Amino acid sequence: MAVVFERPKALLDVSTHYCPGCTHGIIHRILCEVIDEMGIEGDSIGVCPVGCSVMAYDYFACDMIEAPHGRAPAVATGVKRSNPDKFVFTYQGDGDLAAIGTAETVHAATRGENIVVIFVNNGTYGMTGGQMAPTTLPGQVTQTTPYGRDPKIQGYPVRVCEMLSTLDGTALAQRVAVDSVPHIKEAKKAIRKAFENQKDKKGFSIIEVLSTCPTNWGLSPIEAIERLRNEVIPYYPLGVYKDKEGENND
Amino acid sequence: MTNEIILAGFGGQGILFAGKALAYGGLIAEKEVSWLPSYGPEMRGGTCNCSVCISDEPIGSPLVNDPNLLIVMNTPSFEKFIGTAKKGAKVFVDSTMVDVTTDRKDIDCYYVPATQLATDNGLSGMANIILLGKLIKETGILDLETVEKAMSKCIPPKKANLLDANMKAVKIGMNYKD
Amino acid sequence: MERKLMKGNEALAEAAIRAGCKCFFGYPITPQTEISAYLAKNFAKAGGLFLQAESEIAAINMVLGASSTGTRVMTSSSSPGISLKSEGISYIAGSDLPAVIINVQRGGPGLGGIQPSQADYWQATKALGHGDFQLLVYAPASVQEMVDMVVKAFDKADEYRMPAMILADGFLGQMMEPIEFPEIKAEQVEKPWAANGHGGKRAHNIINSLYLKPEQLEKNVFERYERYEKIKATEADAEMYLTEDAEITLVAYGATARVVKSAVNMAREQGIKAGLVRPKTLWPFPVKQINEAAKSAEKFLVVEMSMGQMIDDVKLAINCSKPVEFMGRTGGMIMKPVEVLEEIKKIGGKK
Repeated sequence: MAVVFERPKALLDVSTHYCPGCTHGIIHRILCEVIDEMGIEGDSIGVCPVGCSVMAYDYFACDMIEAPHGRAPAVATGVKRSNPDKFVFTYQGDGDLAAIGTAETVHAATRGENIVVIFVNNGTYGMTGGQMAPTTLPGQVTQTTPYGRDPKIQGYPVRVCEMLSTLDGTALAQRVAVDSVPHIKEAKKAIRKAFENQKDKKGFSIIEVLSTCPTNWGLSPIEAIERLRNEVIPYYPLGVYKDKEGENND
Repeated sequence: MTNEIILAGFGGQGILFAGKALAYGGLIAEKEVSWLPSYGPEMRGGTCNCSVCISDEPIGSPLVNDPNLLIVMNTPSFEKFIGTAKKGAKVFVDSTMVDVTTDRKDIDCYYVPATQLATDNGLSGMANIILLGKLIKETGILDLETVEKAMSKCIPPKKANLLDANMKAVKIGMNYKD
Repeated sequence: MERKLMKGNEALAEAAIRAGCKCFFGYPITPQTEISAYLAKNFAKAGGLFLQAESEIAAINMVLGASSTGTRVMTSSSSPGISLKSEGISYIAGSDLPAVIINVQRGGPGLGGIQPSQADYWQATKALGHGDFQLLVYAPASVQEMVDMVVKAFDKADEYRMPAMILADGFLGQMMEPIEFPEIKAEQVEKPWAANGHGGKRAHNIINSLYLKPEQLEKNVFERYERYEKIKATEADAEMYLTEDAEITLVAYGATARVVKSAVNMAREQGIKAGLVRPKTLWPFPVKQINEAAKSAEKFLVVEMSMGQMIDDVKLAINCSKPVEFMGRTGGMIMKPVEVLEEIKKIGGKK
């Protein structure tokens, strides 16, 4: 019987700690498919954040490093600079990347660090129980904005791809979502492009993946996908914000 | 025998350089040496001093508190350090820059118009080395050959052409009679 | 080999290159900046990488990343910057990674001053970050030791898979003394744990300090502390200066020990039996050497450029069996030998 669908080899055969309906699983899978297709598992080193994907080092088959909160781009810089021929990626959430780790993110980008950043944006601190994130939408109820995020008090959300697209060191800044099959396919294509960029030494590539958190949003998985589509994507438009096509940083 | 030396003046007068040349001279003469700069928040123009020890013994504290040799190149430094000089100390003063003298009778003060001499001889910026020459002459702690070797160690390769001018300054200092 | 005159900071940087350091990540701060400047100028020629990070926090995490791949790596800073690095240092220790960290101490707390200080002793030896862990802490007292100890720090950090610190001060960093670079054999330590790409030849390596099961975390910490016991037994080191018959034994490290040695010599000239124990490792603390000195000593006098931090370890080393007095200056003030001599005379030796 022909096998038409199987687990990517780069994704270890273990059960994960993610909640039912969480889209981390989809993002892990497409990332690992890219690693398999490019045949780079043995040459890849991943850096995990602090947040829901803190234990992703147990799920990816390549060598993995667990970074302090927000510091994954700095850790990845150290890895890449000492091993310029290896593929280096970080996998980070919104609190990690866009709050505590803003400086590390911006400066890795502006240095043009030749790494891939997978930025999973679900607008909440999932691991600690659903507090306001830098990307939480205005009006969104979280544990620390029980009356909804009020820009007059908590300020406005950060649009990361737009911000990083202004930097010369950024090679690719693209926002994708995992709410539908076409979008998932688009997301995988973007991740592949980011890794190809690294192969071609083009510099810093960030793929922002709009994601859900049914548990902390207080929604069913299907309702969460609908919210992502109807409320989140309109605030964070999908698309390519920066693409340094054809340049070579070598 | 331990020579404990303080060199002091404004930043830009070559205080640290002259100190380094002395220390290198000590090293070439196979003595124990140390060189310790004062450092502060200002990059330019502040007061500046350094401690140099040249000794037959291993050097304990490299920070000189009571020098037996003192080079001073501005009035604030003169006022700050003249009282710290040990009894019997030799003090070398750039009298172009320092407009005061001391009443102390227990030290030997040499007033050398080093900045004026430097200008007159087309050696502007080498008053420090003229004073160094006078110090060497009056103390005999280093011979001329050693000083020349030390200078060539301290002058960066890009400025190697300045060695002759520096040695000229040393000799002007050695030959100056007040 | 020819003796050269070099600044402490520059000599240390050159020694790091010769010791096989491959990466340096730093952030500017006085009075350690010559280390960065020297490496920025000379490291690339020697095949190394110098990178100025956006903060001390980023720098120490770059160290974590490079060390994770088995690369010899160093960072340097001064007191306020070390506080910022403390998070990363805890993670490095918790991940069993080697790294060399330089602290050219200045006065504190807060922004403090920029003159020499030894007020980070507690931080370095007791609490550089959260959790149960230690760093190897070396305390040079000369420019030559800045060289020798950085070489040793790299070797020992690799051997024990833990961070090592050179606890220097502005005085040692800025001064010039003659030095010789020792013949350094570039020790190639096997690092089978490194996360540098498994190449399809082994299972994946994970560099991590997270253990959510308390049994597992305790086991890890226990294992680390077994290593620490071995280190305490073998790595503690001190210079013993005229201690054999000393009735009053001074204890001082780093630049302060230079001042104290001058004072001890002056005391001996005046017939006072003074001696000096100079710890060369602050962790592990040279407990045996202090007790050796305690055989003849009637009293101890601890001298520090702080309000008194190492004095606790001296008292603990001898279980408070002898009086331990303290003399200190702080905020960047440096005591004079004659002031130490006065203190020696004041508290006296044998009654």
